[in-house]
Amino acid sequence: MKSGYYFWSGDIAAAEGAIAAGCRFYAGYPITPSSEIAERMALRLPQIGGKFIQMEDEIGSIAAIIGASWTGERAMTATSGPGISLMNENIGLAIMMEAPIVVVNAMRGDPSTGLPTLIGQGDLMQARYGSHGSYEIIVLYPNSIQETFDLMMDAFNMAEKYRVPVMYLIDALLAHMFERVYVPPEEEIERKIIRRKVPNKVPSRPFEPDDDLVPPMPLIGQGHKIHATGLTHDERGYPNLTPKAQEKLVRRLNEKIIKHEREIWKVEEYKTEDADKIIVSFGGESRAVRNAVNSARKNGKKVGMLRLITLWPFPHEFIKKYTADFYVAELNYGQMYHKVREYADGNNVKLIAKMGGEIHTPNEILKEIGGV
Amino acid sequence: MSLMEDLRYGVEDLLRTERLPHVWCPGCGIGITLNAFLRAVLRRKIDPNKLVVVSGIGCTGRAAGYVNVDSFHTTHGRAIPFAIGIKFARPELTVVVFSGDGDLFAIGGNHFVNAARRNHSILVIAVNNFTYGMTGGQHGPTTPTGAYTTTTPYGNPDRPFNIPHLAISLGAPYVARWTTYHVNQLQNSIYKALGMKGFRLIEVISQCPTVYGRRNSMRTPLSMMEYFEKNSIVKNDASFEEMELKYNEKIVVGEFRVAKDIPTYEERYDEVIRRAKNAD
Ligand code: SF4
Repeated sequence: MKSGYYFWSGDIAAAEGAIAAGCRFYAGYPITPSSEIAERMALRLPQIGGKFIQMEDEIGSIAAIIGASWTGERAMTATSGPGISLMNENIGLAIMMEAPIVVVNAMRGDPSTGLPTLIGQGDLMQARYGSHGSYEIIVLYPNSIQETFDLMMDAFNMAEKYRVPVMYLIDALLAHMFERVYVPPEEEIERKIIRRKVPNKVPSRPFEPDDDLVPPMPLIGQGHKIHATGLTHDERGYPNLTPKAQEKLVRRLNEKIIKHEREIWKVEEYKTEDADKIIVSFGGESRAVRNAVNSARKNGKKVGMLRLITLWPFPHEFIKKYTADFYVAELNYGQMYHKVREYADGNNVKLIAKMGGEIHTPNEILKEIGGV
Repeated sequence: MSLMEDLRYGVEDLLRTERLPHVWCPGCGIGITLNAFLRAVLRRKIDPNKLVVVSGIGCTGRAAGYVNVDSFHTTHGRAIPFAIGIKFARPELTVVVFSGDGDLFAIGGNHFVNAARRNHSILVIAVNNFTYGMTGGQHGPTTPTGAYTTTTPYGNPDRPFNIPHLAISLGAPYVARWTTYHVNQLQNSIYKALGMKGFRLIEVISQCPTVYGRRNSMRTPLSMMEYFEKNSIVKNDASFEEMELKYNEKIVVGEFRVAKDIPTYEERYDEVIRRAKNAD
């Protein structure tokens, strides 16, 4: 995309952000409210020699991008909650094979078919724990159309750098809302792209980590004779079905993320410095919270917002460092609320919950924090 | 050295010999099929560095773990879409799916039908042993009606897929069926299919003496092979009914469809790229 200003929806910005971040392979299955991401990719990818394919379902879509990832492509799929439920099996495969992929979840009201066109935030725990097994994953969540575009660069860079799936949350509000987006010049964008480490000898041991706990990733077709499996394996990639191999591999898969959590954390601290009340929020919902914070401040109340951009690994230090009453505003029956409680260390934590379909009004939030 | 010896040594190069012995039971047909595949690869002179083998889960799914080329042991049923991702991203690679009947046609059935319909250029070698071997011999989508398995103790009430007919109905350009008794025909068939493009399916009727044969009065590998030998009929122009597999009855084998010049998905997408660039 030429540098300049555009008027885009979140779905378009997610697609364009991915393309700007080097994504050249997309496989997906239509689902509201993410379908316009697929439509944009179908239009744009072939223009630049990329590949778009509409698969038979979400299971096939994620399988295809994991395959493409092993060829060196920066690969993505997009869906909504029901689709993530189907993809979760292969999220685990990407974790185990250490295949970098980006999976967008445009969250709608749920469970089940729920509210296809309306906002929900019920998939925050699913994003983290959806696949079976004990693993760490990266989950990012922007709150504006500009950020939906910009943050895609981080999503792809983190996926490639740590060889891990990155779950990119947006929501029905962001997906379908239009805002102005600035696209920087191409050279400026190019400079931000972090390419994955590749081995310097052939054949390599595809799962032998460097000091950063991340193994350089060989590509298909270059004589590495890669073997990758969802089974517990050794550094060559060969199945090794023993407690010892399990301990070594699964521990590393978790620790390679935790070791770098400070680099992965992105949190906006909005007027929190002197705050005695801090509202934790994210995504579409945080737009109402910001408005509430501004109103409270006008009336001299010391209220701030911690906006989690990285949801997982949970940025706990940002909770620990404050002494304040915490409020967690989210569109579910209480998910991140429990994480905040875990790290609030004696501070009060209150949940401001709504089941979805719409965000809170600023007044509803103000009432919950004791009025203006 | 004779051709046979050449092939034998060549096959060893294409195996991760350090991983042997393999997990398969003595007398299992999967090894015969893998051997035929690797010999066909050698005869085709395919650069091993440009060959990719993808398997799903199950006894046959372990095949990817033994071939000394880029190889992927994926999740249950998902070998085909995984392979499509590779092929679509890098059309210059030879991509082969080597997996079992339960994996490809039950849990992976939706992927199979849609990949065949779109005509992705991959070769699918489907080892059909009439059962789920790895999990102890339950009935599957290919178990003949009436057969005994651990989940059909009174005989199978279910009706099996007619796999070649299914593939033909989807427009697959190459469709063949052999048994593990037909080692030469099988190898020649894989050799031929490797030289073609589009979605190619070879069904290999294979013996699982350990969990299928023993419940169906074919306790030994030999007795299963004898069944294949005595009951197989080669008939390339077999009808739908003739391709059906009935319990302990005839097995019609052959090359049921050979169609050249059907554009593949990857070729048709090249046209999409051409149009998108021109529209720019
Ligand atoms: S259980 Fe059957 S299919 Fe599996 S390895 Fe043994 S003989 Fe072969």
